[in-house]
Amino acid sequence: MSLRIQPYGPEALLIDLDDTAQVGAVYADLLSLRDAGQLPGVRDIVPAAATVLLDGVADPRGVAARLADLEPQSRPQASGDTVELPARYDGPDLEDVAKLWEVAPAEVVRIHSGIEFQVAFTGFAPGFGYLVGLPERYAVPRRPTARTAVPAGAIGLAGAYTGVYPRRSPGGWQLIGTTDAVLWDLDREAPALLMPGTRVRFVPEDGGGKP
Amino acid sequence: MSAALAVVSPGLLTTVQDLGRPGHAHLGVPHSGALDRRAHRLANALVGNAPEAATLETTLMGCTVRAVRALRTEMPVVAAVAGAVGPVRVDGRPAAWGAPVHVPAGSVLEVGPATHGVRAYVAFAGGVAPTPVLGSRSTDLLSGLGPEPLKAGDVVPLGTPAGPPPEGADVIPHAAPPTRLVLPLLLGPRADWFSADAIRALARAEYRVAPASNRVGLRLEGPAVKRSRDGELPSEGMVLGAVQVPPDGHPVVFLADHPTTGGYPVVGVVPAAALDAAAQARPGTAVRFVPSAVG
Repeated sequence: MSLRIQPYGPEALLIDLDDTAQVGAVYADLLSLRDAGQLPGVRDIVPAAATVLLDGVADPRGVAARLADLEPQSRPQASGDTVELPARYDGPDLEDVAKLWEVAPAEVVRIHSGIEFQVAFTGFAPGFGYLVGLPERYAVPRRPTARTAVPAGAIGLAGAYTGVYPRRSPGGWQLIGTTDAVLWDLDREAPALLMPGTRVRFVPEDGGGKP
Repeated sequence: MSAALAVVSPGLLTTVQDLGRPGHAHLGVPHSGALDRRAHRLANALVGNAPEAATLETTLMGCTVRAVRALRTEMPVVAAVAGAVGPVRVDGRPAAWGAPVHVPAGSVLEVGPATHGVRAYVAFAGGVAPTPVLGSRSTDLLSGLGPEPLKAGDVVPLGTPAGPPPEGADVIPHAAPPTRLVLPLLLGPRADWFSADAIRALARAEYRVAPASNRVGLRLEGPAVKRSRDGELPSEGMVLGAVQVPPDGHPVVFLADHPTTGGYPVVGVVPAAALDAAAQARPGTAVRFVPSAVG
């Protein structure tokens, strides 16, 4: 099968995929192609939940033709370091999430800190990654009313995604904890700690949830 | 130290803008940059700047700045105003719009309220030069990157002019500001979330620019665009000019500070060239879409 690629205005293409795993694989392939000079005139490559956007494309038809034969396939995870985020599971919504999961709060900590997450895509704010890895059965709804101010470092859940607020902002995610890690720092060479593809673990600071 | 500007009054909203910070969308960083790029380029050209130099982007009410003398030169600051049309004064005396204007050290340049259009671009020889963030000096109002919007009392540095302003850069012709906005709309990628009838209705409908419009999006009031399917679209990448249709059916045309990803279906995209006029459309301006397939 070939990629489903459609035009998106005069200078962009949108690739429709089945799931986040395919997105990760196609995104990695596109980065390799770009690094090899095979995608000239492509300004931005933006993965999302089930799509990859190519924006600022000088020759959309030519690029679409070149990519038509790319196979979307899930591949073994690339090797590389895992970012460990120290976490205090002290969020105001931990009890609510525990009820939704039908477990004790300590069990939420054990489950959440036992998962290796991966950044599927970013959005909402610079450095805000949508982390996947939580099984679908742990998906939770957003808060019925968004908070006007969520502090920087807050760890939240929405759907089956986990996210960490890079800075103080409004937000509707269920807050289960806090990290002191700096998610976004313009003084770093790479301002974003979490980029698409980055693997992430939450490490309870007080050893909570561990035997 | 080069010359600088001391902000006397920032008007309603005055920000620093250049051509934005492309290439970081995968990190959630909006493109940002001048909304009316044509006017931004023109203002820069009038003072001999490259198109990448930063200008001041005003909103409806203009702005007032004082030229702060450079340490070792008595050279006046050369400025030019393009985009929204309005009175320009130096120390209270009328000065040219759309042409280089000399502002002696200590003098006050006043860009008055716009009589036509929304956003004036005020270029200064050497460019407005706060510290760049990710390669751009643009203020991004969505994500908070770049310099804060100007406040009275701020001192904004200017860069060093590359040379004298170009000869013969005289009064420029300017297109009449739009009394109605006609926006080409290249359908897709989620036009299939709307019936053919809904697309036909969209092509016939007259919208009005809503007062809530800002640098993120041109918000439109008028007939709701009806979706032919329910449910949520998983978040996907958004582009400049994307016309998003939220559940209330009122289209939003994404401008420079638009979010990098979004979850409402995009019925089509307005090409960037048509967005300069959109940036100058005041609340209440009539808007029509002319849909077509991507050619």
